[in-house]
Amino acid sequence: MSRIKIPIGPQHPALKEPENFQLALEGERIMEAGMRLGYNHRGMEKACEQRSYIQDIYLLERVCGICSHSHSTCFVQAVEEIAGLQITPRAAYIRVLIGELERIHSHMLWFGVAAHEVGFDTLLMYSWRDREIVMDLLAEISGNRVNYAINTIGGVRRDITPELSARIAQGIDRLEERTKYYIQVATEEATLIARLSKVGFLSKQDALALGAIGPTGRASAVDSDTRRDDPYAVYNELAFKVITDEHCDVYGRTLVRLGELMETYKIIRQVLERLPEGPLTVKAPRKIPAGEAFSRYEAPRGEDVHYVRSNGTEKPERVKVRAPTLANLASVAKMLENNYLADAPIIIAAIDPCFSCTDRALVLKEANGRNRRSMEWDALRTYGIEWHRRRGIDFAGAGKRLLKLMEGH
Amino acid sequence: MIKIGKMLQQLLSSLGEKPATHRYPFERVSLPPRFRGKLKFYPEKCIGCRLCMRDCPSAAIQINKIGEKRFEAVISLDRCIYCAQCVDVCPKKALEITSEFELAQLDRKNLKAVFSPPAEPPSAGQAGATNASPETKAPEGA
Repeated sequence: MSRIKIPIGPQHPALKEPENFQLALEGERIMEAGMRLGYNHRGMEKACEQRSYIQDIYLLERVCGICSHSHSTCFVQAVEEIAGLQITPRAAYIRVLIGELERIHSHMLWFGVAAHEVGFDTLLMYSWRDREIVMDLLAEISGNRVNYAINTIGGVRRDITPELSARIAQGIDRLEERTKYYIQVATEEATLIARLSKVGFLSKQDALALGAIGPTGRASAVDSDTRRDDPYAVYNELAFKVITDEHCDVYGRTLVRLGELMETYKIIRQVLERLPEGPLTVKAPRKIPAGEAFSRYEAPRGEDVHYVRSNGTEKPERVKVRAPTLANLASVAKMLENNYLADAPIIIAAIDPCFSCTDRALVLKEANGRNRRSMEWDALRTYGIEWHRRRGIDFAGAGKRLLKLMEGH
Repeated sequence: MIKIGKMLQQLLSSLGEKPATHRYPFERVSLPPRFRGKLKFYPEKCIGCRLCMRDCPSAAIQINKIGEKRFEAVISLDRCIYCAQCVDVCPKKALEITSEFELAQLDRKNLKAVFSPPAEPPSAGQAGATNASPETKAPEGA
């Protein structure tokens, strides 16, 4: 059987974001998988160095549309550490509350997407209908469905009133009831179990070796959770279990996320019960003293890491973002091996990928390590066409047609 | 109890129900009071400190001095990311958020909201004061 190499992406119906996977197939089976990043690079880390700390919060919140609170919290934690600020307990509790509500919406979203990738669109429709409950709650608390803008340096910007607290409790009750139903569906629906079991297998050794984190790692029995191992905000005062699973496949990842939803409801109830009185913010200086900090946060997809370095001015000298998907991407190549091509979409979707957060730029250096090479647009285009031609894909005809179109304008 | 068709009951019970989707724009959706929508500017409160301009993440707000202690604000609705940081930072509460969110336009020129102070009393004798309406009118039915 001869091997065939096919590209999936960067534009592909199975992928929601641009990403390129090269799969080597023998018949229907994937033998090897490689991937390329860089189709969605936006240069945010560099942009952060040209803006003040306050502006960076809103910029970094837009690194990702789903874990927006994760990135902004991770960043402000680092800045507060450098500045030596101690936020008030109430602010810390509100941060946890928003973070957990975000976890609900992220896992619900993933559950729907995963169902959609295996063709179970009924489940997608119902889970996303129920996800609206938490989206409405987030909009009510913060004023927006996606970018909550709840954080500021030294605290939070919006308060939780008693009425809101009651509304959240109501919403959580309804969501818990629905989640229990989805757990029943996931554990009793024969077609779903058969479709997801043994797909995208990742053993515990591989998960550890490749550094899988978050639900992807926990589904392969890697017992790690930043909320428990390195508590930030007020997680050290809250009681919750870290959900792990022995299945090591896509089915396990489904069960872990649904189990985490149940834990999240517990956490939110504790937060609402214990919400301490007090001010929301402490006074933060505009100029952050020189120093550096490293901040960790358990985002819905795994551990999010921000490194911030300050030089005593209003603007950070360096901001480094390591989004959780970057850590999980290495295991995707491993998971794809020995699976059918038709399973590729669900395997890729099972790590809950967020390629926009993850993207990195490459700087080409000469082999002597000194000169950086930059390319003009035309040269880059020619290089791209050549690169694909060497791999047997010829865009020359399409390129000529495109040039004709461009001349018409 | 593993079986096929676990969601069948749910589907059948949904048959008699209305769709969960709002029939927007025929049904108006009520927005939460805290919703961060289009900004509103009160020229009479503004002291021209320009803190909002300094803190705006997307350089969407411009405060122009058009006379003695008179300021107008030009807000680019296409640049604005609706984070309301300017509202937080304003020492005189001259800015506030409204829950207006239907801001789509066919022409980019209409994505500017200009808030000018009322025309000056003639006693001050300042020339060149614009007497624009307090808010730009968006064309109807765009």
